[in-house]
Amino acid sequence: MMQTPQRPHDEPVKFYQTGSFAAGNRLLPAELRTVQSDAQRNNSLNSGHRACQGCGEALGARYALDAAMRATEGRMVAVNATGCLEVFSTPYPESSWRVPWLHSLFGNAPAVATGVAAALKVKGRSDVRVVAQAGDGGTVDIGFGCLSGMFERNDDVLFVCYDNEGYMNTGVQRSGATPAAARTATTEAVGDEPGNRFGQGKNLPLLAVAHEIPYVATATVADLHDLERKVQRAMAVHGARYIHVLVPCPLGWGAASRDTIRIARLAQESGLFPVFEAEHGRITAVSKIRHRVSVDEYLRLQSRFGHLFGASPRPDIVQRIQADADRNIRRFGLDDADDPALVEPVSDDAASEDAVSEDAVSEEPHVVLAGPGGGS
Amino acid sequence: MEKPFAITLDIESSLANKTGTWRVERPVYVDRMPPCNDACPAGENIQQWLYHAEEGAYRAAWETLVADNPMPAIMGRVCYHPCETACNRAQLDESVGINAVERFLGDHAIAQGWDLPPPAPATGRRVLVVGAGPAGLSVAYQLRRLGHAVTIREKASKPGGMMRFGIPKYRLPRDVVDAEIERLLALGIDLELGSAVSDVGAVMRADGYDASFLAVGAEISKRTYLPAGDSARVVDAVSLLRSMEGEQAPLLGRRVAVYGGGDTAMDAARTARRLGATDAVVVYRRTRDRMPAHDIEVEEALEEGVAMKWLSTVKSVGNDRLVIEKMQLDEAGFPQPTGELEELAADSLVLALGQESDLSLVDGSDGIVVADGVVQVGSDMMTGCPGIFAGGDMVPAERTVTTAIGHGKRAARNIDAWLRGGSYESGPRHELANFSGLNTWYYADAPKTVQPHLELARRVSTFDEVTGGLDESTALFEARRCLSCGNCFSCDNCFGVCPDNAVIKLEPGRNYAFDYDYCKGCGICAAECPCGAIVMVPERT
Repeated sequence: MMQTPQRPHDEPVKFYQTGSFAAGNRLLPAELRTVQSDAQRNNSLNSGHRACQGCGEALGARYALDAAMRATEGRMVAVNATGCLEVFSTPYPESSWRVPWLHSLFGNAPAVATGVAAALKVKGRSDVRVVAQAGDGGTVDIGFGCLSGMFERNDDVLFVCYDNEGYMNTGVQRSGATPAAARTATTEAVGDEPGNRFGQGKNLPLLAVAHEIPYVATATVADLHDLERKVQRAMAVHGARYIHVLVPCPLGWGAASRDTIRIARLAQESGLFPVFEAEHGRITAVSKIRHRVSVDEYLRLQSRFGHLFGASPRPDIVQRIQADADRNIRRFGLDDADDPALVEPVSDDAASEDAVSEDAVSEEPHVVLAGPGGGS
Repeated sequence: MEKPFAITLDIESSLANKTGTWRVERPVYVDRMPPCNDACPAGENIQQWLYHAEEGAYRAAWETLVADNPMPAIMGRVCYHPCETACNRAQLDESVGINAVERFLGDHAIAQGWDLPPPAPATGRRVLVVGAGPAGLSVAYQLRRLGHAVTIREKASKPGGMMRFGIPKYRLPRDVVDAEIERLLALGIDLELGSAVSDVGAVMRADGYDASFLAVGAEISKRTYLPAGDSARVVDAVSLLRSMEGEQAPLLGRRVAVYGGGDTAMDAARTARRLGATDAVVVYRRTRDRMPAHDIEVEEALEEGVAMKWLSTVKSVGNDRLVIEKMQLDEAGFPQPTGELEELAADSLVLALGQESDLSLVDGSDGIVVADGVVQVGSDMMTGCPGIFAGGDMVPAERTVTTAIGHGKRAARNIDAWLRGGSYESGPRHELANFSGLNTWYYADAPKTVQPHLELARRVSTFDEVTGGLDESTALFEARRCLSCGNCFSCDNCFGVCPDNAVIKLEPGRNYAFDYDYCKGCGICAAECPCGAIVMVPERT
């Protein structure tokens, strides 16, 4: 006698050959599908918003807040910094938000969120949670002082940064999160080193890790399952939490609107954007690259990197970007099928990078993260 | 005014802002032709039955399958599965094991005793089918389903044609053949065995048939002139394979040569091995890459110790040896004699040089055109004589069971239309779903499930079936490897990835619709559809 099929309930998602990574899967029980595949999802950011066609930030915000709304059963307040997300969603009196939502200034969202959390605590409303959200400008540049304070005080707020790597609604100016060589209105593609300068960058996820807050994660709009799981995880703990979501911007990056998710995927699969989780100052998990690609595939889809290709190509600069990606892959153990030995970022001097073998790199001291009770 | 929790301002919803006006392209759901369906000679809707099988809905899968092919357990064993050759998944890891899943469904249906769907109400029309091979059985089944009365006349003592008298048991066990044929006949098809038709026109007039379908096959071995000694033992492959159905196993000796390079030659050589031949040698005048036999047949024959003698022809046959002439290929790829001779020890020679049809039954029918030894038919399978249709090995086509079953289906549709005074029009053919239209990132890596094979020692000593079937869990796994090329499989991805919530999820089974009031036409849904079932079309300006 043939049994009724057991496998849909027994198997983890990855064994579903058909559409294993898609938003839903008719073969899975409803509770194991993504929030986004649910016809009754909250749609925290509703239709009619004025984001550009193919906006990655609109997508990322709905993903994150819908997941948070499910995790809190709808008892949640969102605090928004100034930025694209605020401008395109809420030209008063219209609003696209279907969550209690509050906007103050560009740089103070972490402080406002801290205040909301404190007020709720005073009122004894421990059932209501606080989520703050901002773009990369409001997070890594203008809001950084407030954010660092929020982390330092370990306020009970989940702060979500939607990183589109620049100030987009004001006309695509450079931010502290703009990648090397990218052309923006303030880093033009001229001179020997066209576009944004190569430098240390301002890696806010690692800065957040260095604050040793309870939970830090990075994610992209290309891996919905991963993003939702991280939001759910973040809402399951208290204290300061930070999620950094890469959200491609068709307008500012000069990409086709249909390619938003594809570009986010390539950012991850090339190693340029490491996807990881950290708890209390230690990196605890990384998302492995499934199909590794060269940075070339990622860069070519974006006209902000157009000056590296075309009539006078700059393979030397592409090579430097590739070296950055390769360094991420080594530092985070992104392309290693085995359990990563290198989950902790290490201090490796970029200048001497080529001379140092991978083994030697792993033996470098854990400068960034070595804190009491943190590093091994 | 009572305001919701934490809301202080009177606000309006952004739903007032119909962003659909921004759009210059609109997404549209489409169905494309999956390459498996496109390649199937029997016209099976493979993707649809795999879709049901993925859910473990085997009954629904089987019913979809038998709409096109009433003999899936047979097909799951003998089909050379062009569907798998065409399968897009081959470009990702390996093709889906469609044939193995089909066999599982076929065997499962037999084990469960499932019945074919009942026929439509009687039409009062009567159709004569000549020959109970795969083409004849297929057409009879399809006509019966449409409500016509069908009589099959078969010359042999048992139905099945080449499925019984040609394909060896180690590839197709006879209990499977019996089970699927009995189930089909149980729909109310008359089968007259030992009943040859010598003049189809005369029989139709005498017995009052409204139409007929001829499928007498090609069961006469082609001969070649070979000087042979008095005691030389020369048999033809068709007779050899047919005699395997009899009581007495044929005597071939310990050293057997088989002349020819088709699937029948492989069947004969592998049968000879099982009958006790220590040496079974295939003599073929060209090279392996030019051999008409399917690769899998050649590989399995080699595994079983069959030797191959390429670029060789048989010049003469002696008592216990053959004279072989070496050949070489000319520039056009044709084998040319070299004059170089050698001897090959052989107790018997099996000729497998191709087969011809006995077409004497159409001699008396006006308008039927015979060319190159086969009956010419139109795309509707009708011969030059109105009301007489033909298919299977006796018409120009690839000579496989699958093609024959496809002929039967196509002929039945056209016979039905002809009987109703019209003509059959197939629907518009969808655009092919190419690999380039898929977004394969969404599919997990999953290599093909390998079917078990009988151990070699038993393969060369018994007629037990060589290839084993999948069990339920492996069949389910295999079905779920399907990429659903070009057809929505309800993965919710478009619904999930729309930045404007402009995809509406309908009730289960009805998939999705676009909300063009808000769709900005960004195209993410089309780009991220795993199976390529969404296209962007320009808006009319």
